Amino acid sequence: MSYVPSTPAQRQEMLQAVGVRDFRELYRDVPEEMLLDRELDLPSAMSELEVSRTVSAMAAKNTLFPTILRGAGAYDHYIPALVKSVPAKEEFLTAYTPYQAEMSQGVLQSIFEYQTMICELTGMEVSNASVYDGATAAAEAAAMCRDRKRRVTLISGAVHPDAVNTVRTYCFGTGDELRVVPTKDGKTDPEALKEMLTPDVASFIVQQPNFFGQLEDCDALGQLTHAAGAMFVMSCNPISLGVLKTPRDCGADVAVGEGQPLGLPLGFGGPYLGFMATTQKHMRKLPGRIVGETVDAKGQRAYVLSLQAREQHIRREKASSNICSNEALCALTASVYLACMGPAGLREAAEQCMAKSHYLMRGLTALEGVKLVYPGPFFHEFVTTLPKQTEVLAALEQNGILGGLPVEGGVLWCATEKQSRAELDKAIAVVKEVLAK
Amino acid sequence: MNYPIELQYSRDHEWLRMEDGVAVIGISDFAQSELGDVVFVNLPQEGDETVAGEAFGDVESVKAVSDLVCPVTGTVCAVNEELLDAPEKLNEDPYGTWIIKVENVTDTEELLTAEQYEAECTH
Amino acid sequence: MKLIFEKSVPGRHCDLLPKCDVEKVELPEELRRETAPALPELSEVDLARHYTELNHRVHGVNCGFYPLGSCTMKYNPRIDEDLAALPGFAGIHPLAGAENVKGCRQVLDTTAKYLCEITGMEGMTFQPAAGAHGEFTGVLLIKQYHQKRGDTARRKIIVPDSAHGTNPATAAMCGFEVVNIPSAPDGCVDLEALKAVLGEDTAGLMLTNPNTVGLFDQNILEITRLVHEAGGLCYYDGANLNAVMGVVRPGDMGFDCIHMNLHKTFATPHGGGGPGACAVGCKGFLREFLPASALMDEPGHIQVRAFAGNFLVVVRALAYLLTLGKEGIPEAAQNAVLNANYLMRKIQGTFEPAFDRICMHEFVLDLSEYKKETGVSALDVAKSLIDYGMHPPTMYFPMIVHEALMLEPTETESMETLDWAAEIFRALYALGKTDPEFMHKAPHQAQIARPDEVRAARQPVLRWQKG
Repeated sequence: MSYVPSTPAQRQEMLQAVGVRDFRELYRDVPEEMLLDRELDLPSAMSELEVSRTVSAMAAKNTLFPTILRGAGAYDHYIPALVKSVPAKEEFLTAYTPYQAEMSQGVLQSIFEYQTMICELTGMEVSNASVYDGATAAAEAAAMCRDRKRRVTLISGAVHPDAVNTVRTYCFGTGDELRVVPTKDGKTDPEALKEMLTPDVASFIVQQPNFFGQLEDCDALGQLTHAAGAMFVMSCNPISLGVLKTPRDCGADVAVGEGQPLGLPLGFGGPYLGFMATTQKHMRKLPGRIVGETVDAKGQRAYVLSLQAREQHIRREKASSNICSNEALCALTASVYLACMGPAGLREAAEQCMAKSHYLMRGLTALEGVKLVYPGPFFHEFVTTLPKQTEVLAALEQNGILGGLPVEGGVLWCATEKQSRAELDKAIAVVKEVLAK
Repeated sequence: MNYPIELQYSRDHEWLRMEDGVAVIGISDFAQSELGDVVFVNLPQEGDETVAGEAFGDVESVKAVSDLVCPVTGTVCAVNEELLDAPEKLNEDPYGTWIIKVENVTDTEELLTAEQYEAECTH
Repeated sequence: MKLIFEKSVPGRHCDLLPKCDVEKVELPEELRRETAPALPELSEVDLARHYTELNHRVHGVNCGFYPLGSCTMKYNPRIDEDLAALPGFAGIHPLAGAENVKGCRQVLDTTAKYLCEITGMEGMTFQPAAGAHGEFTGVLLIKQYHQKRGDTARRKIIVPDSAHGTNPATAAMCGFEVVNIPSAPDGCVDLEALKAVLGEDTAGLMLTNPNTVGLFDQNILEITRLVHEAGGLCYYDGANLNAVMGVVRPGDMGFDCIHMNLHKTFATPHGGGGPGACAVGCKGFLREFLPASALMDEPGHIQVRAFAGNFLVVVRALAYLLTLGKEGIPEAAQNAVLNANYLMRKIQGTFEPAFDRICMHEFVLDLSEYKKETGVSALDVAKSLIDYGMHPPTMYFPMIVHEALMLEPTETESMETLDWAAEIFRALYALGKTDPEFMHKAPHQAQIARPDEVRAARQPVLRWQKG
C-alpha cells in the first residue's frame, strides 16, 4: 500500500499519454549501472492493522510512568483536552508554510496571535514564529548578537547541558568562540562573569530558572553584561513567567526558551518549540519567519509572512540563519495552551509548580541524609543529596514513579501542578522506606 | 528615466557627487525602478571603512535584496538615518536622497558620465 | 475575523486545574512579575470556535490539490497520527533511562536501518529538526572530517546557482566560503564550471539530484568522482528524494552524506510550517562525527538541538515506511514521477515546460513568453488558481528560470485530480489572453484579496496591541 490512488489501468493510460512504455523508461536519465537491481531489504508492505500492531508493540516496550518527578529540560504538565484537539485538526495539520497569504489566513493569524502571546509573556516587543527548540533558540540568539567586532559568546555553566553543547556546535560552525562562565552555589558566578566580559564579547546567555532549578539574579547579571557593552540573552521557562519577572524587566535584549511546557507532550524529546523574542531595535536581526499585519487590496485586515528579505531564500549565503521550516504546529499548540490557561490560569499553574516542588523538597529533606545542595530560591526544580541513589530511584520506578535525574552532586528533582499531594507523599514514603533499610 | 548630468555613476548603479572632497553616494533612478518598492536599507556606521567595488550595505524590497556597492575607498563620515524610517524616499526621489557620505577618499572606481551611464542602462 | 485578544472578556476562564492541595510559597519580591501577561480571557466554547474559525481559513493537503514544487505535499496518513499519539510514546521522558525507553530506541534504530537501506548510507541521526537543520548537521560532518585530518585549507563549499537558498546559507553557517557555480541551461551541473573551481581548498559540494528543475543529472557519477578526486566530499540534499527512493540510491551516486525531510518524502504532516524532522545519513567513515546529546549520550560530539530530535515525527515516518514496505517505496517514487510527467503533458500546448523532456517528480513551467504576450505573470496565474481551490505551485523558483511555476503533484493524487488541474491551467491560459486584467486582480473569491506586502515590510506590525 503506497497511498497511490490510480488503478493499474489508469497507470497504463497515463504512461501512454506521457509516451513511454513502462516505468523504467521514465527513469531513462538514470545511468543503467546505478539503478537498484534488487528489492530493498525492508519488510513487505503491511496493512493498517498490522502497522498498528507492530508500532504499538514498540510503544509497549517503553515504561510509562504515572508520576514523573524528573524535569531537566522536559516537563510533565497537565495538557488540557482542547490543546490536544486543535492542532489535530486536518487543515492546520496538513498545511505547508503559509506562502500564499490568500489561502492561509488561518495559519498566519494563529502565528500573529502566538507572536503576541510570546511578547506578552516575555515583555519583549517582537517575536518570531518559532525555531526548533530552546537549545537552538539560544544558539540563534548568540548568532544574532555577534557583529564584526564582537564575536565571543559567554554562556553560564548553569545552562542546560544540551543547550550549552548546541550553542558550542553553532559557534564551531561559524568558527566563533564560546566561553562557559563558572558557577558558584548552583548559580552563575557574577565575579567570574565580570572578569570574562572582555571587549570582544558579543553576548552573555543565562537560563532562568537555571539547570539546577535555581533562580538567578538576572538584574545584576544583565547590568554587568550591559556595562561591558555586550547583549544580554535570557533563556526562560515559559510557565515560570506566570509569576517571575519578565526578561525585559531584567534587561534582556533577547528572550528565548523551550516552549515544551506549554502543552506539548514529553514525546521522548520532540517535537518541541523554541521561542525567541527581542526588542524593536534588534527586530531585523531576528531569524526565522515573522508574520506581520497589513491590509489587502480591498482595505481589509490581512496577515502575511513579513520581513522576508532577512531569510535564506532571498539572502542565501548572507542570511544570518538557514532556518526554513520551524515548529508552527507546536507554536499553535502553545497558543491554545496559553489561551486556555489565561493570565489567571498560567499564574495558578506556576504557583502550583512552586508549591508542589517545595512540598516535595520539604518531605525529602526531612529524611536522614537527604540535603538540599544549593541554598538559593528555586522555581520547580532542586538538587538534593541522595544516599543509596540507585536503589532509591529503582524503588521509585517499581512504584510507577520516575524519580529525579542523577546530576553532579546529587539528584535533580522536579514537581509540577500535575502531581497531587498523594503522589508526592507516596514518592517521599518510598524514598523513606529505602533509606530506612 | 532620469540621468542628471551633474552626477557620476558606477556600473553597479550608484551615483556619486563630490562635495569639498567628500563623496556623496546614492542609487540611480534606474536602480530604484529595477528594485521596486524599497522596504528597508541596511546602512553602515559612521567611521566604517569602505572599499571601492565592495558592498557597504544593502537595500531590501519585499522579495529581493541587493548590495549597495561603494564606488570609492574611504571612511564613512555621515549616514542618512532618515532612510531607516522612510526607505521609500529612494523610490520617490533617488537623486535627492543620499545614502552615505565618504571622506578620506583614496581610491575611486572607474565612473561613468550621465551619457555613458544612460547608454549602459538602455543597452 | 477578530483576533483572539479582541474576543477576550475580563474574568472569563476555563476550569482546568484543581485547587492547590499543598501550601503555596511566596517568591522573593525582587523576582516577582509586576503585571500579568495580557493573555486572552475566554471560555472553552469561545476558544473551540475561535480555532475552528481559524482552521476554516487554512488550506491543507486534506482540503485539495497542493502541487507546491519541492515541498512534496503528499497525503499524510491518519494512522501515523494515531500511533504518534500513543501514550507509550507521547508520555515518555527523554531522560527516563535506557531501560525505560527501549521502545523509543527500537523506533529510532528500525527507522535508521530502513533509511540507510533506502539511501545507501551506513550511519543515521534523527537529531536535526528540519531539512535546513539537517543540512547544517551534514555540512558539519564534512567540516569535522577535514579538521580531524588536519586538512584545514579546505574552506570552500560549492553550490550550483539553481540550489535551494538553504544550501548557501548552511555552508555560510558552517564557516565555509560559498562558491556558486552556474548551472548548464538544463539546470544540471556544468562540468567545466565545476572543474574550474575544484581544488585543494574544496571542502565539498552540495547537490540535489533530481535537481531543482526536476531533472536527473546524468553526469552524477562523474560529478561525485571529480569532487572526490579533488579531496572534497559530496553532500546530497534529499529534498527531492521522493522521485528516486527505491529506484536509485544517493550512496550509489557517490554521495558521502545526505539529509532527508521526513515531512516531505515520508509523509509526515508539515503543520503549517513545521515541525518537520530530518534524518541525516552518512557513509561509515563519517559515523564518528554524528551528533549526540550531552545529557542522553556520551560527551564529545557535536549537537544541533536538545535530546534525540523530533521523535514523534520519526514514529510517523516509521509507520509510513512499514505501510509501504519494500514494494511500496519504489511504487510511490514511480507514480510521483508518472503523475508529474502526465500533468506536464496535459498542460503542455498552453503553458510550456522550461525543459521539454521526461521530468522526475516535478517540473517547471516557464511563463516568460506568455507574460511578454499577455502581461499575465506567473504570480497572476498562481493567484488565479486560488479561486479554484487549488494551492498554487512554487513561484519564481528556481531562479534560473524566469516566471517559473514549479509543480510537484506527488503520487497520492489521482488521475482525475490531475485531469481537473490541467483543465484549470488550460482555462487560465485562455483567460489570460482575453482578460488579463481579471487575472492581475486575482484571487477574487479567496479569504482576502492580494495583501499589501510593501506596507507590511515598511511599517511592521508584528503583534497585537490593545487599541
